[in-house]
Amino acid sequence: MATMKHASQSGLGGKLPGLMKTLAGAVAGATMALSAVVSAAPATSEVNTTGLAVTDDTVTVGILHSVTGTMAISETGSVQAEKLAIEQINAMGGVLGRKIEYIQEDGASDWPTFAEKSRKLLVNDKVASVFGCWTSASRKAVLPVFEQYNGMLYYPTFYEGLEQSPNVIYTGQEATQQILAGIDWVVKEKGAKTFYLLGSDYIWPRTSNKIARKHIDKLGLKVVGEEYYPLGHTQFNSVINKIKLKKPDVIFASVVGGSNVAFYKQLKAAGIDMTDEKPLVLTISVTEDEILGIGGENIEGAYASMKYFQSLPNDNNAAFVKAFKERWGDDIVIGDVTQAAYLGPWLWKAAVEKAGSFDVDKVRAASPGIELTTAPEGYVKIHPNHHLWSKTRIGNAKTDGQYEIVYETDELIEPDPFPEGYQ
Amino acid sequence: MFADYSTSELMSIFAMQGFAGLILFSVFVLMALGLAIIFGQMGVINMAHGEFMILGAYITYLTSNVFADYMPALFGSYFFVAMILAFIAAGALGMLVEWAMIRHLYHRPLDTLLATWGLSLILQQLYRTIFGAREVGVSLPDWLMGSIQLTDIVEVPINGIFVMTLAIGISVGIAALMYKSRWGIQVRSVVQNRPMAGAVGINTAKVDRLTFGLGCGIAGVAGSAFTMIGSTGPTSGQLYIVDTFLVVVFGGATSLLGTIASAFTISQAQSTMEFFLSGSMAKVLTLLFVVFILMLRPQGLFSLKMRK
Repeated sequence: MATMKHASQSGLGGKLPGLMKTLAGAVAGATMALSAVVSAAPATSEVNTTGLAVTDDTVTVGILHSVTGTMAISETGSVQAEKLAIEQINAMGGVLGRKIEYIQEDGASDWPTFAEKSRKLLVNDKVASVFGCWTSASRKAVLPVFEQYNGMLYYPTFYEGLEQSPNVIYTGQEATQQILAGIDWVVKEKGAKTFYLLGSDYIWPRTSNKIARKHIDKLGLKVVGEEYYPLGHTQFNSVINKIKLKKPDVIFASVVGGSNVAFYKQLKAAGIDMTDEKPLVLTISVTEDEILGIGGENIEGAYASMKYFQSLPNDNNAAFVKAFKERWGDDIVIGDVTQAAYLGPWLWKAAVEKAGSFDVDKVRAASPGIELTTAPEGYVKIHPNHHLWSKTRIGNAKTDGQYEIVYETDELIEPDPFPEGYQ
Repeated sequence: MFADYSTSELMSIFAMQGFAGLILFSVFVLMALGLAIIFGQMGVINMAHGEFMILGAYITYLTSNVFADYMPALFGSYFFVAMILAFIAAGALGMLVEWAMIRHLYHRPLDTLLATWGLSLILQQLYRTIFGAREVGVSLPDWLMGSIQLTDIVEVPINGIFVMTLAIGISVGIAALMYKSRWGIQVRSVVQNRPMAGAVGINTAKVDRLTFGLGCGIAGVAGSAFTMIGSTGPTSGQLYIVDTFLVVVFGGATSLLGTIASAFTISQAQSTMEFFLSGSMAKVLTLLFVVFILMLRPQGLFSLKMRK
């Protein structure tokens, strides 16, 4: 059974089989017609044919993040966003007439624990979907579990791409969406010619820099240095000296975690004033969350390339920021990933309603093309490759720890998790 | 790689790289001194060393908030007050831990390893509960951030100079305490022969407690100083612990001079290699180098000669 399922899913690869779509449409239509006759909420036996934890008035989902261990720093915001979204959906009447209940599990910053907990959520709790994971390592650890038991994971972090599972919806940007627009902007607006690539030593920065380097080469510009430091490295004086020697126009930084704080503090202490933009610092790893630890005065003047900033001026975002602060406290900040995590429950709700069912196969079939006009980042749409169409923005860090948005792509950028030449 | 640069540029870069090495050396000394005292003098492997450092960092964070709220005029000098408070807080916690836990485990070194590791987990969770899972930003007085411009290219970070001064000050202080004071004589005699020291009237339990407290207090000061160069979060202590053990073990656990020599060797090796190679490769080579030396000299660079 499990192997059969797996085989049929791997066929899903790039495009969804048309038959499946039609089938789901027919089922959805039938359910809707029936529900109109019976009651406001369709019968449980119709919306749940696969034994999920759905009752006549509730549906259970899972939240799986680290609330202890190293990653708790980053994942806390995602947990808060997902809970807020669930509460708001419930206040609006829930999904298919059912209130959402959640079971929260702690991945404890430990990848085998993530796998174990996801198995518990899918097998014991029979949750209809899971919102969770943060690092690529944790996602890779739970992936086989989700594929074996046919679960649905909404994954919020911007990540390196090179993955597309039928059992995951990626609500953050994949690397090309985030990087190419950033480099194009810095080349066009700031006339950058030379780049220094610097990152922590693991898969995301390495893949990101590979994509960046390829793009820079294509533009006929020059990478003057590329370097990686172990996770948790706290001494950057040597590399700062190297940067001073090479005098690049742009430092393209994907340093993460505790290293981030050390890097920016030492950069400032070494006399590099980022507001002078000589060199200009362009980062893809520092959200408002990270600035809390770094300190706004230590990163003032740096640019970040991502899809969401708390300061984004639109009505959706104003309402989101207000609700978030009311729920979790006034001094809280919201970063890119937190917003992407907030999209998860909403995208799932939309897909369930389109499918007229909680069944994972039907939700999957209904997902491509789902639009969200109420997203804080503006408008998003699920691509058949399970990533989101989204705009990329450039923010300029200010001393108060917020970004001022200086640029936004005109069009939504198509997600391209398998860029040419990286397989 | 140097063909494109003029001689004066190269000279400046080498000067700055020299400073970078010295700053790294000072950081290593600060990290390792507290651990070396506890490990070397008492034979206790304190896995919670990083958490004592972070206690100092959090104390600094609290002090900076208090000064910003109530005494903004004195904000420029809060850092000195913070360091003293960090020393007192970490030292007091250290003595409490010694009294409650460590003293029952003196003859079971492997158990102290487990017990202090457990302590480090408890402290991490405690910080997370009190201060939140996110890192906190410690705002520093302006005079500490920034650099002194010596020539066009040569710039020396002020916080680097501060860390260097602090490292020298503490090292000299500890050396004076160990080799000149009455208490230092007592510590050294307890290390060399505990029953005999007790027999001549030294209160060995008290010496132990003060030694442990001193080691933890220095960790607190180091943590306070490191808010200038690193992060302050519940698990930030883990960032330092590996390098700290490396320095202490390589130096020869029982010798303070060894700790300093080892910090110098490792920091110079690492910063030079970081300049010529990539960051991760430099780390690998440093570790290989240390492993190789330890294979030849298992007792570390310096060791105390005594009759067994």
